[in-house]
Parts: sequence; C-alpha cells; structure tokens
Amino acid sequence: MSKKIIATASLAGCFGCHMSILDIDERILDLVELVEFNKSPVDDIKKFTKRVDVGIIEGGCCNSENVENLKYFRENCDVLISLGECAIMGGLPALRNGIPIKECLEEAYCDGPTVGLNTEKIIPNDPELPMILDKVYPCHEVVKVDYYLPGCPPRADLIWDALVALLTGSEMDLPYEVIKFD
Amino acid sequence: MNNTIKFKIDGKEIVAEMGKTIVEAAKENGVYIPTLCNFPGVPPKGGCRMCTIKINGRFMTSCTTPAAAGMEIESDTAEINDLRKSIIELLFVSGNHFCPACEKSGNCELQALAYKYQMMVPKFPYSFPLKEVDASSPKIIKDQNRCVLCQRCMKTIKTEDGERYFAFENRGDKLEVILDPELGQKMTDEIAKLAMDNCPVGSIIQKEVGFVEPIGTRKYDKEPIGTDIDV
Ligand code: SF4
Ligand code: SF4
Ligand code: FES
Repeated sequence: MSKKIIATASLAGCFGCHMSILDIDERILDLVELVEFNKSPVDDIKKFTKRVDVGIIEGGCCNSENVENLKYFRENCDVLISLGECAIMGGLPALRNGIPIKECLEEAYCDGPTVGLNTEKIIPNDPELPMILDKVYPCHEVVKVDYYLPGCPPRADLIWDALVALLTGSEMDLPYEVIKFD
Repeated sequence: MNNTIKFKIDGKEIVAEMGKTIVEAAKENGVYIPTLCNFPGVPPKGGCRMCTIKINGRFMTSCTTPAAAGMEIESDTAEINDLRKSIIELLFVSGNHFCPACEKSGNCELQALAYKYQMMVPKFPYSFPLKEVDASSPKIIKDQNRCVLCQRCMKTIKTEDGERYFAFENRGDKLEVILDPELGQKMTDEIAKLAMDNCPVGSIIQKEVGFVEPIGTRKYDKEPIGTDIDV
C-alpha cells in the first residue's frame, strides 16, 4: 500500500496538540510506516509539494495569516481535522472574544502593568505583521472541517485511533475516557 | 389501597409509588434519564428540557410529569438522544465554556452530558457573549460565562431565615442569576461549598480551593454521568 500523505499546522494554538501527537510514543514507528509528512512544522516543509490525504489543524484563527494558512490547507487536503479545543472553539485565545479589539490592544501594549518600555504607546503596526482579527474564530467557521478531535490537548490515544481508522478505512472505537475537553 | 403503579420505559417495566415523577421513578428502578435543572428535594421547574422523553408518542419533561399507570415511555432512543445533544450544544454556544481553564472541569454536569452524548463540536455557531465575573464575595466567584440559569442555587442556598443568596436579575437575553452582594459578604465556608456543589456547572466557584482533584480522579473522568443509576 502506498503511504498516505499527512500535513499539519499550528495556527492560534500553543503547540500542545502537536506535542500530544508525539505522545503516541513508540507507535510513531508504526506511523512512519503508514504515512509521509508534507507541509508541517515537524519537518519544516513550508509549501505543499503534493496532494495531501489528511490535514491536521491545531489552533483557531486569530489573524489574517491563520486564515490564509487554513484556506491553503483546505485547498490542498482531502480531509481536514480540527485537533484540540482551540481549533474547535477558539480555546484560550478566544477569551478575548467578548472584548473590543481596540481595548485588547491598548491593554496589551499601552495600559497594561508590564508595558513600561513602550513610552510612546505604539501598538505594533509594521505592515509585515499579520492583521489581527476582531475575534478568534473556530476553524469550521472559516472553512469546511471534516472531523473534530477534542481535548486540551487531545489524548494521544484519540489521535492515534482516529488516524489509524482514517488511513486504513477501519471502524473507529471511541472509548469514554478519550473524549475530554481538558 | 394499593399505592403502586406500573409503566414502561423503553420496554422495561417500572414499578413506582403513585405521585413520583418519572425521573424519580426511573431512578429507583435503575433507569437513568439525564437531567440538568432538576435537583432532588426541591420542586422541579422543567426549564432545561434535558429530561425530555416521549410519553405515548408525545414529548414531555420527565422531571415535572408524575408517573401514571400504563404509560409507554421512550427515553434512550436515537431521536430523543439527538434532541438532548442539541440542547447541550445550545448551552455550550450561548455561554463561554472554556473547559480547559475551568475549575469545574471533570466534575461538571453539562460537560459530562456532552461527553455522554459525544459532542465533538456544537452544530451551532459560537456567540461569545460578553459576561461578567463577580468576585466581590470573600468566599465565592460567580462567573456568568458559565451559568446555565438552572436556578438550583436560587432554590437550595438560603440563610437560616430562608433568605435566598442568589436571585434573578434583568430579563430576556440579559437574564442573569446574581449573588446578593450583602449576603455574599457574610457567606460561610459551608454555604460556599454547598453552593459550588449544587451548581451543575462552574458558575459558582469556592475561592482558594480550585483544581484540588488531579485529572483522572474527578467525578466524570472514567465513567459517564448516570452510571451509578443505570443497571
Ligand atoms: S462549566 Fe462545565 S462546560 Fe462550562 S467551562 Fe466549566 S467544565 Fe466546561
Ligand atoms: S449559578 Fe449554577 S446553580 Fe445557579 S443558576 Fe447558574 S448554573 Fe444554575
Ligand atoms: S431536568 Fe427536566 S427540564 Fe431540566
């Protein structure tokens, strides 16, 4: 059987979901037999070089770059998975969602207790910086998402079972202990 | 006079004392029907609709309906479970439920119901409403982000004179359950703990005791809600 192609991205996440992928421990050797990685922070491939079977997204969308990257993934992946709470519902970055963006930036860069050095009270405005969005969006509110694996981070067993089921076309078993939101 | 009646839930015969609600009768017979706003010992209000069942083909709330002889009840069916799941999903998107940062996580009834019905993502868009956190009491935090307006605190947490610590404020989509500021100042540790325990979610949090139980040992880490009732 030819290897399936996987790609991963970390948008507005903490990289914890990627760490949890590594928590599959020695099964990583089986994974290498099963898949080949394309665009991913794991191998530092920046641009898609072939069509991808399964794209895995960690983190929601908090800025314009996240949105572009997510759309880029959707275009290049047959199946897209939201991995973890931030991808699914915005997660901790979305704690800012009820607060107007102007207030958030002023608190972070001008008025907060730890901004002493920013005497001119400049909110970062370099054109190179991605534009911050009005709020943090769950991935499925930006593109179509096919599957969701909850958790903060999702349990390694959940990630493993889901990947194996998806890649080999087998039934997925969902024991109670693996679906958790924390 | 014979005081017992017989009826059926999902084909199983239930024997109950006359006057019991369907939820109570089911529980005594080892059948779990999910509830959220209902609380043993206080009058049911039928607010959350989590306990929805079908009696002789009609949707009813089982926490408010007395059991009657000969009822044919459907509860654990695909149709009804799907409806319950939708209610859970609506509750998740209408508040701000950041489970990873919530002290109640693992012991929360709303979250446990979401696990039971395998909510991977709500099918409704998130509303991210702006809500306040009232930390003015020395004993508890009242977090409006997580309140499901079930009234369990209003009905069960009272002073010796019967005064309520919690009350409704505003109306419509502004409706909130707030802590009486004066009583909040005088709260004892016992009342604070009871209030936290009686709240199904993490809207009432006792100060200085958060995250005491490690992950893996909390109430709903290993077994679904209702496991202790179902036989
Ligand atoms: S109250 Fe329950 S559902 Fe809401 S954030 Fe806390 S644990 Fe999650
Ligand atoms: S604070 Fe808790 S118990 Fe009180 S109404 Fe809100 S969810 Fe219910
Ligand atoms: S438990 Fe019956 S309506 Fe809430």
